[in-house]
Amino acid sequence: MMNNGTLISLSGITKHYDTGKVKVRALQGIDLEIKRGEFIAIIGPSGSGKSTLMNIVGCLDTPTAGEYLLDGRPVANMGIHQLAAIRNKKIGFIFQNFNLLPYATAYENVELPLIFAGAPGAIRKEKIMRNLSMVGLSERADHKPTELSGGEMQRVAIARALANDPEVILADEPTGNLDTRSGKEIIEIFERLNVEGRSVVTITHDMSIAERCHRIVRLKDGIIESDTRNGNKI
Amino acid sequence: MKTLIILKQFFQDIRKQKLRTFLTTFGIVWGTASIIFLIAFGEGIYKHNVKQFKGLGERLVIIWPGRTSIPFKGLPKGRNIRFTENDIAMLKKDISDIMVASPEYSGYGPLTYERKTLAQNVIGVYPEFAVVRNVIPEKGGRFLNEIDLEYRKRSMFIGSEIRNDLFGEGANPVGKDVVFNGVPFLVVGVMKDKDQNSSYRGRDRYKAWIPASTSRAMFNRRYPNNMVYQVSDEFRSKAVEKRVFEILGRKYKFDPADEQALSVWDTNEDMKEWRPFFQGFKIFLGIIGFFTLIVGGIGTANIMYVVVKERTKEIGIKMALGATRAQIMSQIIVESLLMTAVGGAFGFLVAKFLETVFPMLNLTEYIGDPIIAMDAVIATISIIGTVGFLAGFFPARRAANLNPVEALRL
Ligand SMILES: Nc1ncnc2c1ncn2[C@@H]1O[C@H](COP(=O)(O)OP(=O)(O)OP(=O)(O)O)[C@@H](O)[C@H]1O
Ligand SMILES: [Mg+2]
Repeated sequence: MMNNGTLISLSGITKHYDTGKVKVRALQGIDLEIKRGEFIAIIGPSGSGKSTLMNIVGCLDTPTAGEYLLDGRPVANMGIHQLAAIRNKKIGFIFQNFNLLPYATAYENVELPLIFAGAPGAIRKEKIMRNLSMVGLSERADHKPTELSGGEMQRVAIARALANDPEVILADEPTGNLDTRSGKEIIEIFERLNVEGRSVVTITHDMSIAERCHRIVRLKDGIIESDTRNGNKI
Repeated sequence: MKTLIILKQFFQDIRKQKLRTFLTTFGIVWGTASIIFLIAFGEGIYKHNVKQFKGLGERLVIIWPGRTSIPFKGLPKGRNIRFTENDIAMLKKDISDIMVASPEYSGYGPLTYERKTLAQNVIGVYPEFAVVRNVIPEKGGRFLNEIDLEYRKRSMFIGSEIRNDLFGEGANPVGKDVVFNGVPFLVVGVMKDKDQNSSYRGRDRYKAWIPASTSRAMFNRRYPNNMVYQVSDEFRSKAVEKRVFEILGRKYKFDPADEQALSVWDTNEDMKEWRPFFQGFKIFLGIIGFFTLIVGGIGTANIMYVVVKERTKEIGIKMALGATRAQIMSQIIVESLLMTAVGGAFGFLVAKFLETVFPMLNLTEYIGDPIIAMDAVIATISIIGTVGFLAGFFPARRAANLNPVEALRL
């Protein structure tokens, strides 16, 4: 995992939405390289295309044009099964609104990716408990989302994203719905994950969070306005 | 392994979403039960009407003596035409389309059992009368037989109302002696009550029958009041009637075209007249059933659609977590199938239950009892099942074919 090669490579990525009358150009040519083990913040004004970009990187959406290489392989050529496997094992996606199944317990929510991966029961149980304890929620395994605070729900979502040991964590404003303290806890978890060698990419509006990342990519009007590593332009 | 996981997920979902599962299943139960029962109800009314119609007798023709209205071969009009038992035997022998026939000798007199006496119409007939006129004995009794006829036995078969009046409601008078016109008779049977929507000389349940031979001797009769016969096929009855007029016309010298020489009630004609009504009713039932099925199908489709729509976000979440389309679809297919199967089965049971309790409402006499026909059940369950399944399947497939982002946004 400590391989410093390129994990994600985007070139000339565009995304257009055709909403009848107006054509929205959400992304207008994004070139971006993400290496293994990087810790990146994506910032930019509302509507600048951050989520659109993140969804494409997470294989939840497809670009209108441009090339996306994941581990050197073009995503555009992948079939639905390959894409499902990537979402399942390679990428852990975290949403601003958590997207937990409301009727399932914390345990069952974390179990989902393991079920889709076909993991046997004993292994599932072990991994679920390990991940829940990693985010400090071992005691809350049997709680439903409605019985958890926002911060706790987001931590369940992180445990779920980590279920199949993904190489990269993608988070779209993970602290957007949280108070400062809970937000800080989430970022601390991300830092730990990054220290372990995982790539972490997070969208944020909070500069204090962005400054804890090693690299900051700033979007504006669907293009990259600036890209800095530890304050230095790339 | 894979199936186990799908099942595990399914039961997890069911358990977690009791209300949704319950509502969906209940909708299907409701749809199936009401359709099956409605069709059963119509079928019951139909059968009831047909049965009532046949109460008097099946393929029955009744002939009374008449009076000529046309002069014939120098004979004046206005002559009485009567027939004898021998004539009936001759007709039966000559006309192969007459299956069975019997004379009727009607005689009035006091009928007494112990202290109770009725002024009773007692009719002398052949054993075949029971066939022609749809007379069925209650358990433990019998109709008049050949021996009664041959030996002029004093055997009597009575209608249920006479039994009720003389012996008490529901009593078994078989083997008891009654006195008719001062002569003792042995009761051999009671007529099983039947629906009857037409009659001559009163309903059968108020009548009593004795052997024709006994009656003829007792009242010193030569000519029966009328004869009854059953034809082989209701569409042959007109031809048979023509032959009867020809044969009797030759013997008694009247014009076979003289419609008043004999008085005829051909119930086959009535049946033929009513046939379009019955057919119309059947078509009406079919249309009702068809539209109920459509309505039920739409209802079920709607429920499944709502369920799946509500699920779209869930489908999006699962896809974002790496579920394959097959994993998502198999779960929804299993779920829809199980819900429709369980719902359909329950619906059938509910309809079966209604079918069982309905007779307790005591409406049988007016509208009959609902009859669940298996073909209606199969049609209903398969249509509701298919519709429910497809209505669950297609929206789910559509959702599963979207990008995860699009499914999440819905
Ligand atoms: N499904 C869609 N249909 C049409 N336009 C869309 C759609 N999704 C996003 N857009 C548009 O694309 C542009 C970029 O949206 P995006 O969600 O990526 O912005 P963002 O940077 O994440 O904003 P925010 O910080 O508010 O989350 C916006 O103008 C948005 O209105
Ligand atoms: Mg956004």
